[in-house]
Amino acid sequence: MSLIETTMVGEETAGETPAVSRPEQAMQEDLGADFQTVGEIRVDNPAISTTGVQVYYGDKHAIRNVSLDIGRNQVVAMIGPSGCGKSTYLRCLNRMNDTIESCRVEGEILLDGENIYDKAIDVVALRARVGMVFQKPNPFPKSIYDNIAYGPRIHGLAANRTELDEVVERSLKRAGLWEEVKDRLDAPGTGLSGGQQQRLCIARAIAVEPEVVLMDEPASALDPIATARIEELIDELRENYTIAIVTHSMQQAARVSQRTAYFHMGHLVEVGETTQIFTNPRHKLTEDYITGRFG
Amino acid sequence: MSDSKTVSPSFEKVQASLAKRYARERRFRAMGLGAILLGLSFVAILFITIIGNGYTAFEQTYLKLPIYLDPQVIDPEGTRDPEVIRQASFRNVVRQPLREMFPEVKGRRDKRLLYKLLSGDAPHEVKERVLDDPSLIGKKVELWLLADDEVDMLVKGHIPRDTLLEGSKAKLVGWVDKLQAEGRIEKRFNALFFTRGDSREPEQAGIAGAVAGSFYTLLVTLLLSFPIGVAAAIYLEEFAPKNRFTDLIEVNINNLAAVPSIVFGLLGLAVFINWFGLPRSAPLVGGLVLTLMTLPTIIIAGRAALKSVPPSIREAALGVGASHMQTITHHVLPLALPGMLTGAIIGMAQALGETAPLLMIGMVAFIVDVPQGPLDPATVLPVQIYLWADSPERAFVERTSAAIMVLLAFLIAMNAVAIILRRRFERRW
Repeated sequence: MSLIETTMVGEETAGETPAVSRPEQAMQEDLGADFQTVGEIRVDNPAISTTGVQVYYGDKHAIRNVSLDIGRNQVVAMIGPSGCGKSTYLRCLNRMNDTIESCRVEGEILLDGENIYDKAIDVVALRARVGMVFQKPNPFPKSIYDNIAYGPRIHGLAANRTELDEVVERSLKRAGLWEEVKDRLDAPGTGLSGGQQQRLCIARAIAVEPEVVLMDEPASALDPIATARIEELIDELRENYTIAIVTHSMQQAARVSQRTAYFHMGHLVEVGETTQIFTNPRHKLTEDYITGRFG
Repeated sequence: MSDSKTVSPSFEKVQASLAKRYARERRFRAMGLGAILLGLSFVAILFITIIGNGYTAFEQTYLKLPIYLDPQVIDPEGTRDPEVIRQASFRNVVRQPLREMFPEVKGRRDKRLLYKLLSGDAPHEVKERVLDDPSLIGKKVELWLLADDEVDMLVKGHIPRDTLLEGSKAKLVGWVDKLQAEGRIEKRFNALFFTRGDSREPEQAGIAGAVAGSFYTLLVTLLLSFPIGVAAAIYLEEFAPKNRFTDLIEVNINNLAAVPSIVFGLLGLAVFINWFGLPRSAPLVGGLVLTLMTLPTIIIAGRAALKSVPPSIREAALGVGASHMQTITHHVLPLALPGMLTGAIIGMAQALGETAPLLMIGMVAFIVDVPQGPLDPATVLPVQIYLWADSPERAFVERTSAAIMVLLAFLIAMNAVAIILRRRFERRW
């Protein structure tokens, strides 16, 4: 625990302008093309299994040969300094990178044994199975009800209004928002507080009953209390969903995840049980990062 | 700064520079205010001139004459058949009372001048009255008849009395004075101005033809340019791959927006009239030409509106599994629509004020009839203004200004609608 406390000091300035005294060379150090990830990349019965994933933005090689399993009903946290590729990797898992024109993805990403970059896979169907929650709460400028009901409606998940009402209620309850909004489902979703908006977005994502929920720094725009609420929620959701979360906060990774993956300059440096990563990191870069030597 | 010793030297420099900085800011503000005041004063001068010249056109001078509807002239057989009445000549019927009121007028030239107190339309007016109510035949009725434009100008004071007194029409002044003294001259609301088409006689000329022409032209323009423009904007912004070819298209669209409008008129003449064989002077062709002209505006505004939709909304929709098309129609388009509508209305307002390209396709012709459809020959409001401004009669000056006022009213109304639409549909996210 004391180790996590000390990382807080580094966390404050992380991502901003790194102080000159930090070991810059560690950050700039190229791990080389044949770098092998430290730790157990494979788990039994994974929801998502990736092998040799390479991502290019034009000429820029953003993800280098990443192999990683995301265990079923587990929370996997992805940490690393800004620009390390953790978000890019996350966005490969439901092919959100397709919308970026210059982006090219190579390698194998299996969802329940099916390669999601296969030509036979429909990207719309894929995104119904792999939902996503974004960094900034982004509810539609519609009512709370319509925000949740939108996904089930377009996928035809509810046969009638009663079923749709049930889906909305169930999703809001799972997201822990029902008690706060049940009397004003017609109010605009954009009128909620930041934390409520993010829970609304989580409810929207789980309303289509995905298997996997991807979360890209879901609490970075929220205050500590709202963050705590989201973290509790993530822990509860683990029962029904597989969750991959990108976070800047190492405490958050330590609190919510079972496994943690440390990314560095496009490489997956180390992956392992969260407690092991934070108490006994095996790679020097992981250790430097979690002890706050750079970030 | 009484205790200057505690103040650091660098702070003194800051103090010294402050005055300079504030002075610069004051100068900038004064210049900005000056520019706005200058602009406002020009607008004020414009409006004052136009309204000052034009407001009198909304009233027209009428003469009250005791008219004997002589059955011998109108309907000698006594059949009251509308066809017979229509064939009858009412010219003498309206001239008779003038001769009776001014028996001292002799000589062909003076008599012709006397008859010119009334508009050339007066016999027709009386005929319409009789057709409406044939029981009037055989009676002597006091009727208000349209006065000639020169009488109108004299009554309104647009032609100085002295000028007329010196000329060959000196007697006209005396007659008008006499009629006025008898209370037989009155200014009434000029309904004809809004219901008639163009005419060579200023007192009979109206803007209805031009308004209808403008309406049909703009209707064609709106029906074509809005869907095409929005579709093009959506395709270019959301679907088209970003490559050299689409860059070229973008550059071309931006260039088209700056092409002088008369070039579009020449294109319309060559393509729509000569090649496609569409009718000349028709609002359909005008609308096609103006569509070409407004498309770049609508496409550019549409793309800007689409671009301004935050990417987070797109991501949210894609994230729950909406297809590309669903993302656009359910989320992006509703948010971009106010901006697109504003662009379209501004494009329409631009098209409403356009003259040059329409001259090239024959919409400058003198057309008396109010067009009944987009294929009838027509002219439009700005062209009508141009035609009237070109006419020598003094009475057309006020009509030109009045037509400008009507055009400006339409433009202001359209821009107001654009603002209201934007306010109403604007949503926050």
